Amino acid sequence: MTKDNGGIPQEKIGVYVCHCGTNISATVDVEDVAQWAADKLEHRGVVIARDYKFMCSSLGQELIENDIRELRLTRVVVAACSPHLHEKTFRTACENAGLNPYLCELVSIREQVSWVHTDKVAATAKSKAVLSGGVERVLWHEPLEAMSVPIHPATLVVGGGIAGIQAALEIADAGHPVYLVEREPSIGGHMAQFDKTFPTLDCSACILTPKMVDAGVHPNITLMTWAEVEKVDGYVGNFDVTVRQKARKVITDLCTGCGICEEKCPKKVVDDVYEAGLAYRKAVYTPFPQAVPNYPVMDLKNCIYFDTGKCKACEKFCPTNAIDFEQEDELIGFQVGNIILATGYDMFDARKMSNYGYGRLENVFTSMEFERMCNASGPTEGNIVLRDGVSTPKAVGIIHCVGSRDKNYNEYCSSICCMQSLKFAHLVDERTGAQVYNFYIDIRTPGKGYDEFYNRIVEEGTHFVRGKVAEVTNAARLNGEKEKLIIQVEDTLIGKQRRIPVDMVILSAGLEPRHDAKDVAKLFGISCSADGWYIEKHPKLDPIATMTEGIYIAGCVQGPKDIPASVAQGAAASARVLGKIQQGEMKMEPIRASVIEAQCSGCRICNDLCPYNAILFHEDTMLSEINPALCQGCGTCVAACPAGAITGTGFSNEQVLAQIEGLLMSV
Amino acid sequence: MTEKNDFEPTIVGFTCNWCSYRAADLAGIARIKYPPNVRLVRLMCSGRLDPTFVMKAFAEGADAVMITGCHPGECHYLEQNYKALRRYLLLRRTLVAMGIEAERLHLAWASAAEGIQLAREITEMVERVRTLGPLNWHLNGSQPEVTNEAAGKKLQEIELEVTS
Ligand SMILES: Cc1cc2nc3c(=O)[nH]c(=O)nc-3n(C[C@H](O)[C@H](O)[C@H](O)COP(=O)(O)OP(=O)(O)OC[C@H]3O[C@@H](n4cnc5c(N)ncnc54)[C@H](O)[C@@H]3O)c2cc1C
Ligand code: SF4
Ligand code: SF4
Ligand code: FES
Repeated sequence: MTKDNGGIPQEKIGVYVCHCGTNISATVDVEDVAQWAADKLEHRGVVIARDYKFMCSSLGQELIENDIRELRLTRVVVAACSPHLHEKTFRTACENAGLNPYLCELVSIREQVSWVHTDKVAATAKSKAVLSGGVERVLWHEPLEAMSVPIHPATLVVGGGIAGIQAALEIADAGHPVYLVEREPSIGGHMAQFDKTFPTLDCSACILTPKMVDAGVHPNITLMTWAEVEKVDGYVGNFDVTVRQKARKVITDLCTGCGICEEKCPKKVVDDVYEAGLAYRKAVYTPFPQAVPNYPVMDLKNCIYFDTGKCKACEKFCPTNAIDFEQEDELIGFQVGNIILATGYDMFDARKMSNYGYGRLENVFTSMEFERMCNASGPTEGNIVLRDGVSTPKAVGIIHCVGSRDKNYNEYCSSICCMQSLKFAHLVDERTGAQVYNFYIDIRTPGKGYDEFYNRIVEEGTHFVRGKVAEVTNAARLNGEKEKLIIQVEDTLIGKQRRIPVDMVILSAGLEPRHDAKDVAKLFGISCSADGWYIEKHPKLDPIATMTEGIYIAGCVQGPKDIPASVAQGAAASARVLGKIQQGEMKMEPIRASVIEAQCSGCRICNDLCPYNAILFHEDTMLSEINPALCQGCGTCVAACPAGAITGTGFSNEQVLAQIEGLLMSV
Repeated sequence: MTEKNDFEPTIVGFTCNWCSYRAADLAGIARIKYPPNVRLVRLMCSGRLDPTFVMKAFAEGADAVMITGCHPGECHYLEQNYKALRRYLLLRRTLVAMGIEAERLHLAWASAAEGIQLAREITEMVERVRTLGPLNWHLNGSQPEVTNEAAGKKLQEIELEVTS
């Protein structure tokens, strides 16, 4: 669909071909391309075609700006690098010279031509084709205005781990309201389970608890624990959120957190969450003494009263009558302008690697079990002991990379397990004096103070065996193996098979996306990788934002990372949100679809296609309408409308069809 | 058009803005080489692919068309690439019915990190089309060279290949 105008060009197009130093000009004859455009595309409206060493430099931009002013250009096509790099640069240049920025088209002859081809003749011909596509396309561009939407000053933070707490506190401290929604009875996340944190070995509770308390009492934070987001409608600036506050069966206004109900509850339940299965809690419980908030919740699945209709011990003993068996789930609705997701990670299930014997061999522990064991307020009061609860191990094997860097499970590196294993080696040494063996594939300690920590552990006398452990077994074959766990490994540094007998094995299980990560992603309309980690807007330049405007990610939800990185991301996400709140309104790319009413037949085919429910059907007029604030511009409805009634700004049928024609014009 | 043995096909490739175009960027940044036969059109999402775009490319002289997008489940607009997949399957049927070899339309998924994979897909596609020769269906009139039976079988294979 070339814009035919009876041979008389209506637009005045400027074409700019970049050398990019020699990045382009070494493989593409850029002078020839520019000359060709001046000669052969003149009838399409090209009035000037230049080549220049660095189009993106300020001199290059000035060249374009001057031409726009002096030659009264109405369209600009730049043949240079990928639009993902410099589209904005050239659009801004146009805007500076008074041309609507959306009347500029950038075609890539670097990433898509000079860098990937070697034959100069073919690369030059392809550059001409690509340029011709750009020229045909730009003829159909329309001047566009960025859309502006108001930003509601409140923010929703989902997940009360260290990343979410940090984000909530930063925003609240800046004076804006925050809703912090946590699924468990208390905030704190994984960090609340640890005893010491690498590399400084400071006590986890000592640094975390004050932050938890701050978040709990902050006048700007509405804390909702034992709660989950059920529904999200709307778009950046104006999200409507519905939270399900699960029934605690405890009236929080009356509860003083005395803990008597928990003490009196006769039902013991294995605590799989906080205690990693190593200890019991009650059916009415607070997960740990420093929990924030400090009200208990009732676990209805395990409550004797809900099972048999008899008991109510908690109610009987509660001194303030705070137990309420009639309490129901509550749906709470509110509005926010931005959302930060900080839902963290799950642990890899070490049972899946049956050759390591977890769940089968008694004295094989997971890293989380070991964390709890080290914790002074944990099930063993900080004593490192075997499953029998009394014997101290004399030799301990720590296996790195369990479920990580393994094609059968997770191919990625879980990033924290080397450091966490070194931390364990230190704790075992310090508290038991046992021999410690670390079995590693590679030691990865790239953080601040991390390699120093590694050296310290080496000096403490920990043994390091390089090799992926084949098996952990209790089948003794050699002397000294009786009643031991034997670690079978190929020591790749000495090129020998070794069998190392130990009393305790700790599996440094990897980090995995939350089991429900995909459902949660769907709820918020963001995407996750095949693994399930949430995808950032840009892996390097924007690891905080997502592709959905107004939704940010922080902490391990984006990928495995340590506490400092999680905190940094929490703070970074809040800074982004604060910037948005500060502006009061924000500009949005005008790449949107819209329905041409006169053409819409009311067939409703488009209605269900939109992933953001942006298409509304008016029963009275029998017409579909697109909410431009909800539309993200994917263009699926445009392609699907049988009546051709939907246009996609920036990617209209005319633009694409013209580009195809241009691309295929014989050159 | 040149002789069949040194025939260089022209292929139009549709990419989505978020994954496959970025994969092409990455192939460039990593200086991975592939043949210069493919000319890319950037759409926001593979879901934007209007079947008429494909028809237009063939009508304007493309010997083949490549559709690329994010991997299933990784589309930046949630799941629009599934819609592209459906359209692709339908398009192949249509093409076969029109006498165009199904191999002239190819769908490939590439994440933003898969520059090497995208370059390989392009190289293989160019190879395949080189063997097929130029598309000259408009010269042959409307006589499909493929029998319905053979086409049906071929399509079954294709559907298995992309859906599995
Ligand atoms: C064994 C082990 C030891 C470690 N030791 C150290 C160490 O010494 N030093 C260090 O720097 N790092 C350490 N780490 C890494 C550390 O755990 C993480 O960096 C950190 O906890 C990440 O915090 P987060 O807030 O992103 O996630 P999390 O701590 O996982 O918090 C996420 C929170 O979100 C909640 N949530 C999840 N889904 C939902 C939902 N749908 N709705 C509402 N709420 C939800 C969860 O209940 C949780 O409270 C260790 C990790 C492991 C496994
Ligand atoms: S009713 Fe009984 S079992 Fe249930 S929480 Fe109260 S005391 Fe515990
Ligand atoms: S698909 Fe097109 S014609 Fe049908 S309702 Fe949507 S806009 Fe109207
Ligand atoms: S954005 Fe890549 S296929 Fe949808």
